[in-house]
Amino acid sequence: MTDYEVVIGLELHAQLATRTKLFCGCSTAFGAPPNSQTCPVCLGMPGVLPMLNRAAFDHVVRTALALHCRIDPETAMDRKNYYYPDLPKNYQISQNARPIGVDGWFDMESGGSIKRVRILNVHLEEDAGKLIHPEDTGAATSRVDLNRAGTPLVEIVTGPDLRSVEEAKAYMESMRQFLVALGVSDCKMQEGSLRFEASISLRPFGQEKLGPRVEIKNVNSVRFVLGALECEIRRQTELLNRGESVPQQTVLYDVRHDETRPMRSKEHAEDYRYFPEPDLVPLHLSPERLEAIRATIPELPLARKQRFMQCLGLSSYDAGILVEDPAIAGYFEACAALHADAKAVSNLITNEVLRELKERRLTIDAFPVRPEGLADLLRRMDAGEVSKTVARDVLTEMVATGRGAGPIIEAKGLRQIGDEAVLRALVLQAMQQNPKAVSEVRAGKSKARGALVGPVMRATQGKADPGLINRLIQELLNRPSSGE
Amino acid sequence: METHSLSAVELAECIRKRSVSALEAVESVLKRIEQLDAQVRAFVTVDADGARAQARALDEKRARGEALGLLGGVPVAVKDNICTRGLPTTCSSKILQNFVPPFDATVVERLRAAGAVILGKTNLDEFAMGSSTENSGLFVTRNPWALDRAPGGSSGGSAAAVSARMASLALGSDTGGSIRQPASFCGIVGVKPTYGRVSRYGLVAFASSLDQIGPLARDVPDAALLLRVLCGHDPQDSTSADRAVPDFLRDLDGPIRGLRLGLPREFFGEGLSREVEDAVRQAIETLRSAGAETLEISLAHSEYAVATYYLVATAEASSNLARYDGVHYGYRSAEAGDLYRLYAATRREGFGAEVKRRIMLGTYALSSGYYDAYYLKASRVRTLIRRDFEKAFQEVDVVVCPTAPTPPFKLGEKVDNPLEMYLSDIYTISLNLAGLPGLSLPCGFSSEGLPLGMQMLGRAWDESTLLRVAQAYQRRTDFHRREPKVSLL
Repeated sequence: MTDYEVVIGLELHAQLATRTKLFCGCSTAFGAPPNSQTCPVCLGMPGVLPMLNRAAFDHVVRTALALHCRIDPETAMDRKNYYYPDLPKNYQISQNARPIGVDGWFDMESGGSIKRVRILNVHLEEDAGKLIHPEDTGAATSRVDLNRAGTPLVEIVTGPDLRSVEEAKAYMESMRQFLVALGVSDCKMQEGSLRFEASISLRPFGQEKLGPRVEIKNVNSVRFVLGALECEIRRQTELLNRGESVPQQTVLYDVRHDETRPMRSKEHAEDYRYFPEPDLVPLHLSPERLEAIRATIPELPLARKQRFMQCLGLSSYDAGILVEDPAIAGYFEACAALHADAKAVSNLITNEVLRELKERRLTIDAFPVRPEGLADLLRRMDAGEVSKTVARDVLTEMVATGRGAGPIIEAKGLRQIGDEAVLRALVLQAMQQNPKAVSEVRAGKSKARGALVGPVMRATQGKADPGLINRLIQELLNRPSSGE
Repeated sequence: METHSLSAVELAECIRKRSVSALEAVESVLKRIEQLDAQVRAFVTVDADGARAQARALDEKRARGEALGLLGGVPVAVKDNICTRGLPTTCSSKILQNFVPPFDATVVERLRAAGAVILGKTNLDEFAMGSSTENSGLFVTRNPWALDRAPGGSSGGSAAAVSARMASLALGSDTGGSIRQPASFCGIVGVKPTYGRVSRYGLVAFASSLDQIGPLARDVPDAALLLRVLCGHDPQDSTSADRAVPDFLRDLDGPIRGLRLGLPREFFGEGLSREVEDAVRQAIETLRSAGAETLEISLAHSEYAVATYYLVATAEASSNLARYDGVHYGYRSAEAGDLYRLYAATRREGFGAEVKRRIMLGTYALSSGYYDAYYLKASRVRTLIRRDFEKAFQEVDVVVCPTAPTPPFKLGEKVDNPLEMYLSDIYTISLNLAGLPGLSLPCGFSSEGLPLGMQMLGRAWDESTLLRVAQAYQRRTDFHRREPKVSLL
């Protein structure tokens, strides 16, 4: 346990959802053979010039607007100079002096309450390529794959506002949902389209002044960020408890040993020599254009979740699951518009639809059961035509065959058995075969009721109406010395 | 047939009228190159076979009755910092000696579309950094008027090629005077267009905010013709302007009566050689006699232009030249080892002294702690220099002054004194900082028979007026008609 207050800031890089790169027409698709998606521009050949991708720029403006940033009507690109083999020009076109957005905020849910995180800076920049080292390939030399070079990124920098590893985790997850919902990034961590860097300091509780900041590099997945933060908290706490001070420095996270170690000073003693990119003219944003972009901002996950809870009566948990993916939330809303019982819709989606999607590796857009079909199934459940258990099988069949619920129920004879006379005989039979259960139920052990329902369900292949069975059990129990 | 003595306008007309074939025109300059270039050394690459193939294709096109374009069959030399598909583009640097671009610069595409024949690539100061072409990492080019003299720079190869009639026209690039000063030294016309007039796509960047491609030609109509072909918006260069391009050649012959010429007092002071001053003042008298008015003006901040230029240009260069690191293309040191040594050795061996000097200067100017005092301050002075011109152009239509402070200097004379070399651009540099158009044209000869040049500076986008004044001058003089007699050393 730490005796100190933890102060964390996060820097995020998300690949923008554009078909082409930031300064040329090359594809941004993931997984192509090395260097197959390159041209003289993204290879940084002599004489080439960048051409700005307006869609990428608009994505960052949209992000900055949705994060309540102040937006300068004139922004400009800068050059960040450093040498590395994955950076063909040996400078990165980024933004420094005039980023697209500054001084915004982001509301997220953490530990059951809403937390506001300051957003210092939202800007546009290009990605570097990828080095493939001999350790990974067994080749004699390091190789460079420049397919990713020039891919557009948005960088979002928070203030030092996160106070625990849990908050950092909540931020990373909420931000991912936010960017996906905004449509600016697909945020696929495994494809490197969402990356984080963290900085952390500790200070005694109650102290206003921030402690010396330690930057953590080389942490690309959420899991590694969290692991590295835990490590740093342990390391810095030990130092402080020994009365030593924490040097301001940059550390690398060593995943294998789960430890952080300082970078050699040469590795980070960088002077980026920023200056205005002379190959790109400053970017003007007219008020009309700004408003046009603002109009494309959809309802964002937190607001949507709160609406699902307040207007549709969903639980925080269910609403949270639904808004995780904006397409799922949209599917839910389409279904809820056709079926009044929003909670029933939510249950069917969060339990059965999501399971089907996962098992079949489908996205909701490719899901064969459209909202009309799902609402039809829900209606039949309400009408007592099928039980919940059978409905699950019907849905599976609907997904597999693309047919509607009605024909499947008819063809397979799955219609719920609501014939009282048939069920009464089966219930009576079950009670006679299990007098122990009968007496237990009489004695108030409601759990024993299952031993009576089970055989009836088995006998009807699950088609019996569970409500009716329960009523019949009750009726028969209440009958004085029925047939005993 | 000896067509090399025809101007580009005349040659294009002859080819159009079928009195000369494109192949004959190419053979004529190729023969000329064979005779003279062993002495002059203007060309880094002569693409004889390629030029013949282009010419044959044009002749076939002509035989089919198709139009050839404004430059149909005219042989053009291209400065070797402008990318040509399949033809080495070295920037006269060891670091790019084997670099063959997979694409054409936009200006080269435009030349091809206009029917020009790309003859070859011309020598320059390495990466266009210099004023004499002596900084070439390959070899030194000589002035066709006197082989012991510098042709000027950095477009010295292009200027020498046109001057010695080894090409009808040539492309140069001008970052601080690199078209105008060699034009002056070689007795020809050179135009530096308004920044944004001509696409920079495919021009290997030295200082992106200053670089501009322009024509080198024997006379004003030739320059106007080539300029017309080069200009125009290019979506691949976001600094290129989307503006209508005038028909410079058609607009050439208007009167200049009543035009106001400004003589900046700062450009006629200390450091200007007597011979150059006399020639320029004589030229001004000629223009007055043609009806132009003159008045003295001031470009007060021009004394800071050289200092400002050597901060802005070197800062941009330090970044632009970072890509030559031996990793992706070009020269790579054999002495690799680890990454740092690969970078260091490649750049140490691949770049010449002047390029290294400027990279270091620029790196320093951008370094944290120095940025405000150097780069930022220079950017502010640049604004003041631009305002000087804006003010001047409220009073005058064209500014007239010398191009270079001296006649062509001797090879070797200034190589050990970079500062003195920098001062040979003292009258040309301000224009690039202001982004304005300018031209240099022959206005006389020194007592030693060396060409002297005068410079005209214009309002943004107003190359037409510059060309019109220059043409009015050339109609009254014959300096531009003289040809150098290249004599064997």
